[in-house]
Amino acid sequence: MSAVKKDYVRPVDFRHGRVDMTHGGGGRAMAQLIDELFAANFANEWLAQGNDGAVFSAPAGRMVIATDSHVVSPLFFPGGDIGCLSVHGTLNDVAMAGARPLYLAASFILEEGFPLADLKRIVESMAHAARDAGVPIVTGDTKVVEQGKGDGVFITTTGFGVVPPGIEISGDRARPGDAILVSGTIGDHGVAIMSLRENLSFETTIESDTAALHGLVAAMIEAVPSIRCLRDPTRGGLGTTLNEFARQSGVGMLIREAAIPVKAQVNAACEFLGLDPLYVANEGKLIAICPGADAGRLLAVMRGHARGADAAIIGEVVADAHRFVQMETAFGGRRVVDWLTGEQLPRIC
Amino acid sequence: MKYIDEFRDGELARSIARRIGAEVQAGRSYNLMEFCGGHTHAISRYGIKDLLPSNVNMIHGPGCPVCVLPIGRIDNAIRLATENKAIVATYADTMRVPASGGLSLMKAKARGADIRMVYSAADALKIAQDNPAREVVFFAIGFETTTPPTAIVIRQARALDLRNFSVFCNHVLTPSAITHILESPEVRELGTVPLDGFIGPAHVSTVIGSQPYEYFAEEYQRPVVIAGFEPLDVMQAILMLVRQLNDGRAEVENEFTRAVTREGNEKAKALVAEVFELRRSFEWRGLGEVPYSALRIKDAYAGFDAERRFGITYRSVADNKACECGAILRGVRKPTDCKVFGTVCTPENPIGSCMVSSEGACAAHYTYGRFKDVGIRTAAGTPARDGTPRGAVMP
Repeated sequence: MSAVKKDYVRPVDFRHGRVDMTHGGGGRAMAQLIDELFAANFANEWLAQGNDGAVFSAPAGRMVIATDSHVVSPLFFPGGDIGCLSVHGTLNDVAMAGARPLYLAASFILEEGFPLADLKRIVESMAHAARDAGVPIVTGDTKVVEQGKGDGVFITTTGFGVVPPGIEISGDRARPGDAILVSGTIGDHGVAIMSLRENLSFETTIESDTAALHGLVAAMIEAVPSIRCLRDPTRGGLGTTLNEFARQSGVGMLIREAAIPVKAQVNAACEFLGLDPLYVANEGKLIAICPGADAGRLLAVMRGHARGADAAIIGEVVADAHRFVQMETAFGGRRVVDWLTGEQLPRIC
Repeated sequence: MKYIDEFRDGELARSIARRIGAEVQAGRSYNLMEFCGGHTHAISRYGIKDLLPSNVNMIHGPGCPVCVLPIGRIDNAIRLATENKAIVATYADTMRVPASGGLSLMKAKARGADIRMVYSAADALKIAQDNPAREVVFFAIGFETTTPPTAIVIRQARALDLRNFSVFCNHVLTPSAITHILESPEVRELGTVPLDGFIGPAHVSTVIGSQPYEYFAEEYQRPVVIAGFEPLDVMQAILMLVRQLNDGRAEVENEFTRAVTREGNEKAKALVAEVFELRRSFEWRGLGEVPYSALRIKDAYAGFDAERRFGITYRSVADNKACECGAILRGVRKPTDCKVFGTVCTPENPIGSCMVSSEGACAAHYTYGRFKDVGIRTAAGTPARDGTPRGAVMP
């Protein structure tokens, strides 16, 4: 009989346990959390190798890299949580270059005292979102900060993707005469988050639209390779994204208020909160700009995809050295849709 | 949205616009002041000017509660947080108003002052209940609309015996401001500001009623039409003012009958009278000291008056010399007349208060209407909607 006892490790207590400083200390507790939580859920060959970085062979062509930090409050909201949001947010940033996302990396900043049950829910949600998207999370990092120095959990994700040959998508390519399209109703994510804020709580059935859009983008660029600009209007909403395009491309924009899809509930919530849906955040919508002649075809493709069923053509790119985004109001007048001043709602994503 | 969309119907707007166009008399101009920032915002946001004939001029009035707040009062609020170490609860709009020494409530907050944004006076009371060891001051601003909720929290605080809660009262009164404008030399004697009629306040009038305006119509022979804040309300009110002016009438008419009566809200008025009394004088930005134009907390509620509790002394601070907010608030100048408009003074870096609130004349024009100053062409080469090039038309 051997004198050496069999290794025994008490499993992490995901029911009642909390994050403590040892989970970021580089010792056994950290290794165990990584094994039992992150590697177990994200399960893929790169993580299984246990290296600090993931080694993979790069496909031919142009690569895209995008990174995004997520600090949303509250962590769980109708239609999603910080976990799936952190996957969708970065996948979408990669996809908006017209790219096919290949790999993700994830970095966690955990606050001492954060319930491990919540962390597990968040990691499972990330794993689910990554599997759904077909993009593995191949490397990551975990740090722990003292209580009061963070807010539960912050997640930074980085994505890599490859751009198909012949695709040239950039915010500086809009030209007068191009059409402006939106993939669906605007403002859902922002209103869902706002409905939960402690000093603002109101009842709504609106859910966040958080979703990965690379499937929709793939269908769009296959049918209409001439797409010039793509962007997901997250913080700052549609109004801000159009102003970014106008500034980058040195053009103006003219949109029609009546053509912009907005859910009645989102409109109502914005009305009594004094907000403009044009500036409310989205997490599963995109703005596309393409030559006017291709707009009809692009719209049909978008509407044929589950993520673009409510797509609409909302306006056109115009020549304007002042780079104003203007809107014909449903009322019949015209006004500027300006850059947002200040911040409409902090920590929305 | 039921009960909202009906008041933003573009078809109806165009039909009212056609009627206004048909009824205005050529050769005379109609100079109408919308008193309230709510109207200013609606006019800019919905592009109402585009629907009006060129001889109907809209002049922005001083009815933006943030805009009329003098620098000295903001300084007082900042000091409550920095020197008295109180939690200052404030409506979001006041956060960015420039104060002395390059500060604002927002900048003071970034330097560590405990300043919190609230959506209602009741939220401020809740903060006081949640922080019994801290002094909590509600920075109360606004016209007659926001005064009753402040009165309610003061009464509640007394009922709860909440000793760490007080109110820094800056509530102001609409009728005295209108009188002040009509009495100003520019309007009364010099005639440099033609002012033919008023669009009267919407929400304020739900509280005070339409009766208080009867005096202006009679004494100053200017028609007043009380109107809601929806764009169709504003269009309809303009039509009613044009008709009064054409007929030579100067009456108080009420377009906003769905919310405003002649007497107003008796219960709210009684509540305000119980808690507040008139101040002998109050400084307004742009208008200067205006007699009997603001409220203070009555002796019976002195324990909840931050001015008494902290011994606040008011010191008047002059506006930035280049800033024309004062003249803009009196309707004497337009935002674009100001040298710093859109150059040094922008919504990101406001010099004057009119550039801060979305109801301020400068912010509304900068945000929604400034393309009219430069003129544009669409790709098809068609000029901007009204066809009148203003300034350089860009290629």
